[in-house]
Amino acid sequence: MQTRFSYGGDEHIFAEVAESMSLEAFFKGLFVTNAVRDARIKGVTEICPANASYQVKFDPDQIKPDDLLAELKQLDSASETSAPVIKTRIIEIPVLYNDPWTHETLMRFRERHQDPNGTDLEYAARINGLDGVDAFIKAHSSAPWFVSMVGFVAGLPFLYQMVERQRQIQAPKYLRPRTDTPKLTVGHGGCFSCIYSVRGAGGYQMFGITPMPIYDPNQKISYLRDFMCLFKPGDIVKWKPIDRPAYDAAVADVDAGRFAPIIRDVSFSLTEFNNDIDAYNRKLEGVLHGN
Amino acid sequence: MAIKVLKPGLATTVQDLGRPGYYHIGIPLSGGMDRHALAAANLLVGNEEGAAVLEAVFMGPELEFTDDALVAITGAELPPKLDGEPRETWTSFKVKRGQKLSFDFLKQGARGYIAIAGGIDVPLVLGSRSTYALGALGGFKGRKLEAGDELPIGKASAPVKDGRIVAKELRGLPAGMPTELRVMPGLYWHRITETAGVGFFGDTWKVAPEADRIGYRFKGGKPLEFVPREPPFGAGSDPSNITDACYPYGSIQVPGGTEPIVLHRDAVSGGGYFMVGTVIAADMDLIGQLQPNTPVKFVKVGMDEALAARKSRAGLLGKLRGALA
Repeated sequence: MQTRFSYGGDEHIFAEVAESMSLEAFFKGLFVTNAVRDARIKGVTEICPANASYQVKFDPDQIKPDDLLAELKQLDSASETSAPVIKTRIIEIPVLYNDPWTHETLMRFRERHQDPNGTDLEYAARINGLDGVDAFIKAHSSAPWFVSMVGFVAGLPFLYQMVERQRQIQAPKYLRPRTDTPKLTVGHGGCFSCIYSVRGAGGYQMFGITPMPIYDPNQKISYLRDFMCLFKPGDIVKWKPIDRPAYDAAVADVDAGRFAPIIRDVSFSLTEFNNDIDAYNRKLEGVLHGN
Repeated sequence: MAIKVLKPGLATTVQDLGRPGYYHIGIPLSGGMDRHALAAANLLVGNEEGAAVLEAVFMGPELEFTDDALVAITGAELPPKLDGEPRETWTSFKVKRGQKLSFDFLKQGARGYIAIAGGIDVPLVLGSRSTYALGALGGFKGRKLEAGDELPIGKASAPVKDGRIVAKELRGLPAGMPTELRVMPGLYWHRITETAGVGFFGDTWKVAPEADRIGYRFKGGKPLEFVPREPPFGAGSDPSNITDACYPYGSIQVPGGTEPIVLHRDAVSGGGYFMVGTVIAADMDLIGQLQPNTPVKFVKVGMDEALAARKSRAGLLGKLRGALA
């Protein structure tokens, strides 16, 4: 992988690690941006890792653009040798798939969809060669997902499925973006799933909804008191399919301030993961449930 | 002291110089779209340059003062009226307790900045009082103003005299038609053909109705032709798609190759559309003063010109500080 650098005007350096998404490209971006943070380079104001790229914002009155570029290139090539192991967290996200709210919304915007006569779940199941909605939900929720980027809007995680490429779920975005998406919708576009942190426009297929808030600008939710956004790049997510009574109970728990998400510390090795993906994922799930 | 919002205007928000440091989790800078005009309004009333003000777009609010105050309106030509009597923009004036500040129709520009001595005293959120409406964060209750809101005003520091004026040459507004926006090509510029690149800089574009704090859309130029490729895994099948990446402030994305969008202070921090380049920082303020249908030319520049323009813009602010010291 040879990183491609470009200036984004006079205040940004944009670095594309690879054109295609892969865990290798994501890890490299994560390592380089960590190294940039640790280097405490004068004049650097924002350090943003993304899926297979990263971006550094800077003040050219404090550091010459060419000097910063040279420093970034050095950190970028030094990270080639980093062992791909990270200390991170695994977080369980309950999901009510096929819920009434995203269903109402997807029906409202049906004329903007590839398949006006079905639902997003039926469409995604079909184009991924899966036998119906239940098989699709199983495929979506059985393996964990990496938070490979946080952004678009406040606290929104992009999630990359931790399976071999041929098993990865893919789906195009809507033909034309919707003007509305329920808050906490679990969506999917390209090879990425996401959780919409706020209500608003969106173009991803809609599969379900989580009762668990991931962004709270008022910082009243117990686990968002320290910081208003739950996710960081490098977090691992495991979906847990739930039914309507469990969803309603979780919403009531959130409202009453007693909802406690399952979040565990874990270390992740890309090499071990690649050696036996299914076995490694079972191990991760074991960590989540305290085995 | 407080001011009461009698009519909110179209989309009036509390803004200061923004909230750096959280772009990596999708929280944008926010802050005044025209930072120079925001600083000017504050300096006129004796505030710190980055105190919180009101940014009114296209249409002013109607405000009632519960105490005496010193006020200044800068940016767009949005003529102020005090109890119905005309006042000047870019000039500080006194308001008496109980008086009402309203505005005439917009004559020029797009965004007016209303500074009040003492500043709008909403709570600091992540180091800033700016409103990020998409994330319901900061400002007054995380949203644009509504009728009935009462905005707290801070205590004015040292009183300054009224009637001070910012000279025309220090206002830093867009000059001439079409407005020229200087652009450094880059990012995914290589995705379009040479002919398309010539067209992008040669064509005259017009500001589209979809123009807000997140981004400004432009239309009227020729669609961009793409260099053929195999879609990379994760990017999506449209030739304008990329594997979702960060978006620089000022970056110009062109979904489907048709209508360029320049991201502004409330930018979405990333996404899956390719970008042809970035509007230089010195010209970002100008975009905030563009009305829909304004003709615009994108002008190709390199880093040296961008840095020279930056220096010149900083020099203008230096002169403004000197004039209002």
